Amino acid sequence: MVLGVFVLGVIYAMPNFYPPDYAIQISRGSGGLDLSERELDVALEALSSSNVQIKASSLEGGSGLIRLENADEQLRAQPLIQRALHDLQSEYVVALNSAPTTPDWLRDLGAEPMKYGLDLRGGVHFLMEVDTASAVKDRLEGMEQDIKRSFRSGADRIRYAGSSIVDGQTLQFVFADETLRSRARSRIEETYAQFLVTTEDVPNADAPYGLNLAMSDASVREIEDFAVQQNLQTIRNRVNELGVAEPLVQRLGRQRIVVDLPGVQDTAEAKKILGKVATLEFRMEASPDASRGSILPYTYEGRAVRLERDLILRGERVFDAQVGFDPDSGLPQVNITLDSEGGELMHRSTRYNIGRRMAVVFIETKTRDRYEMRGGEEVKITEPYVEERVISLATVQAALGVSFRITGLQGAEARDLALLLRAGALAADMFIAEERTVGASLGQENIELGAISVAIGFGLVVIFMLAFYQWFGLAANIALMANLLLLVAVMSSLSATLTLPGIAGIVLTVGMAVDANVLIFSRIKEELKKSTPPQMAINAGFERAFVTILDANLTTLLVAVILYSIGTGPVKGFAITLSIGILTSMFTAIMGTRALVNLAVGGRPIKRLAIGWQRV
Amino acid sequence: MNKVPFMKFRKIAGMGSIVLLVVAISSLALQSLNWGLDFTGGTLVEVSYPESVNPEQIRLDLDAAGWNGHVVQYFGSDRDILVRMPPQKDLSDKDNARLGDSLFASLVELSIGDVELRRSEFVGPAVGEELANQGGLGLLAALGMVLLYVSFRFQLKFALGAVVALFHDVLFTLGIFSLIRWEFDLTVLAALLAVIGYSLNDTIVVSDRIRENFRSARRGKPVDVIDESLNQTLGRTLITSATTLLVLTALLLLGGELIRGFAIALIIGVVIGTYSSIYVAANVLLLMNLSREDLMVPVKEGADQDSMP
Repeated sequence: MVLGVFVLGVIYAMPNFYPPDYAIQISRGSGGLDLSERELDVALEALSSSNVQIKASSLEGGSGLIRLENADEQLRAQPLIQRALHDLQSEYVVALNSAPTTPDWLRDLGAEPMKYGLDLRGGVHFLMEVDTASAVKDRLEGMEQDIKRSFRSGADRIRYAGSSIVDGQTLQFVFADETLRSRARSRIEETYAQFLVTTEDVPNADAPYGLNLAMSDASVREIEDFAVQQNLQTIRNRVNELGVAEPLVQRLGRQRIVVDLPGVQDTAEAKKILGKVATLEFRMEASPDASRGSILPYTYEGRAVRLERDLILRGERVFDAQVGFDPDSGLPQVNITLDSEGGELMHRSTRYNIGRRMAVVFIETKTRDRYEMRGGEEVKITEPYVEERVISLATVQAALGVSFRITGLQGAEARDLALLLRAGALAADMFIAEERTVGASLGQENIELGAISVAIGFGLVVIFMLAFYQWFGLAANIALMANLLLLVAVMSSLSATLTLPGIAGIVLTVGMAVDANVLIFSRIKEELKKSTPPQMAINAGFERAFVTILDANLTTLLVAVILYSIGTGPVKGFAITLSIGILTSMFTAIMGTRALVNLAVGGRPIKRLAIGWQRV
Repeated sequence: MNKVPFMKFRKIAGMGSIVLLVVAISSLALQSLNWGLDFTGGTLVEVSYPESVNPEQIRLDLDAAGWNGHVVQYFGSDRDILVRMPPQKDLSDKDNARLGDSLFASLVELSIGDVELRRSEFVGPAVGEELANQGGLGLLAALGMVLLYVSFRFQLKFALGAVVALFHDVLFTLGIFSLIRWEFDLTVLAALLAVIGYSLNDTIVVSDRIRENFRSARRGKPVDVIDESLNQTLGRTLITSATTLLVLTALLLLGGELIRGFAIALIIGVVIGTYSSIYVAANVLLLMNLSREDLMVPVKEGADQDSMP
């Protein structure tokens, strides 16, 4: 079994010994289309005409991968490909990447090399914080207006004396008498299920009857989720523009978003692009007899549409857009919620326009490259431009208000529309809570320093153990090597990320891993001192040391797990390697060394054991 | 090997430990730690110049360019410069996050040759505070878990001994960082937790032996039993410390500037952890009058479970 595990270890550690290729990854910018053979050929053509050595190229998972000889060629290739693809009049992401060179038979077994963290690859790490508190407050203010309007409207008006937002999630209305309050209460409970309604007597001579509307935690969560999701979507849309090969955009906790952009060096540019927001415009379709000056021409699904120049409302009035299902037909629909003023505006525009069509225009600032001849040389100019497109055109079937729906959509359509609507809706503010940039040269240096530290540390321990325990030291050293191999294999197969502190963890593991062997050996020595025959001494040594090893390692593991749970990024990396190292070292020291020792001295009578300075 | 009468010196060692701890605690109380960027928040930019530069000149240049509050220092070599800025209270969070970019732009402008960005970090004040709280919580959680585990596997007196030893090690290491004004950042915190792990490892091995010897039929005063146990484990304790110190020295000398603090904290911790597993943990056991009865279990031979006396 020990041998089996060792072989598995070798297999899964192996991919790490194949140095990755410098590569360029090409994918279609937006729309999620796959890159075609023809487009890849255009890129390859451009490279070979400029004498860039191409190692290999392939189309995989919708994007093209071109492998190159070295880093210089890679840097030279990127603008060449960009330039060539520019002529194809479509958007492409041309990103620097590193491609694993794991042989096919290893990949078939699921063996992949370890991933490097940003501190080893170079790149930018952002921790964005979404200002969810003000998103909740904004929504509460919208609700306040909405409720006031509902009190004022209709035949049975409810006169309220005042209203205020008490704390982050509670709205208070005050009334002059008890009856007004109870009428208000029943009306609110009817229409606004998201509030927990309680009464409170307030020290106010004119209006002592207070009604507290506390937003439930679930609704607060919902608003927060929406705000974070929306920003998450915005960032995902933007990251493509940066041309990053393997970006990571992930929610962290209640209100934070982690953005890892490997390979990106220009943080200022990255921030500018990430910070851009999209917006929406709701417009009615122009009537056929509208004058030329009052219309805006657009296209929708390949056909020309003319929209009214007058705007109904903008995206900042949109609170929410979710995919739902029509209860009658079961078909997907998109439910849209506006703020109260938005509802008012929508109502005013649609009430006399039932039967006409309303369009939603999605507006986004993007950047594009242009090539221009300047002084006899072609230079690349990156310029911003505004992209406007109609994302929905639907017939108004009734006077619309604060919430309405767009029906008649296919499943995927509804989802995409909701995403776009959310991306253009009122964005909760987002700011950078943490930023870490590591230059590419520092990353490379960290890898080298880390590798040297591991190698030298390992070498020192090996020499020490040999000098101290002779043949048994050799067994311990082989076990230590196996341990290192297993550690790398486990890290690789878990696709754990290796960071600089992670390397430090490996170094520490190398130093501490021999402990188990040392414990076993000193037990064996003790037994020998008691004149126990060598074979029995070996057995007793392994057995008696086992409990100690288990206790000592489990407690250390406990600490490592705590470290993992409290740590962020790099510290987590340390905790991971430390934990895995403890487990693998227990295995190799107990099982591995035992197998070796049995192999060497098992089954034959021996008189002397070479285990340290005291010969018995 | 000759026997070392460890426990003969336990009073002196105990006094020594107490004195050192008092020094550590007073330093921590008086001048706290030299908190790194991870905990204070702020901005840091590390740049590399093609030739050796004078940090004083860069500081003056930055002064002239209108910056203030910056600290300029060498980082690793005389071509690498680290500039730090504390969080600017009069700026919004958004503008604080942009400081690093404009600082780097200034450095590029002020330099004649090429300046290469090696690293830039910004930590918002809120995040820094959170990290500090989480870190402290983590340390306490680790100690608490140890207390539970050891009292479950061994016995409460051992658990207290182990936790006192860990407190001793952590405080001592922190004290040195405070006294020498070494920077305390996230990696040092990680190292501190690793120190807990390491020192615990040591203490458990020693405790394990003490328990075993108490249980084996031999008679003897607790002091003698503990002394014998310490002597039996001494070889192992020294060898493991030696190998660990070897690799840590390699890490300190070769691992680069970024993990220097980490390596230093661990080296201090390993040394003090080795000492504490001999003198602190065992001392506490004697102070609490550990007796054979504490360890007598009605269970069969084997050391897998202990009940309270």
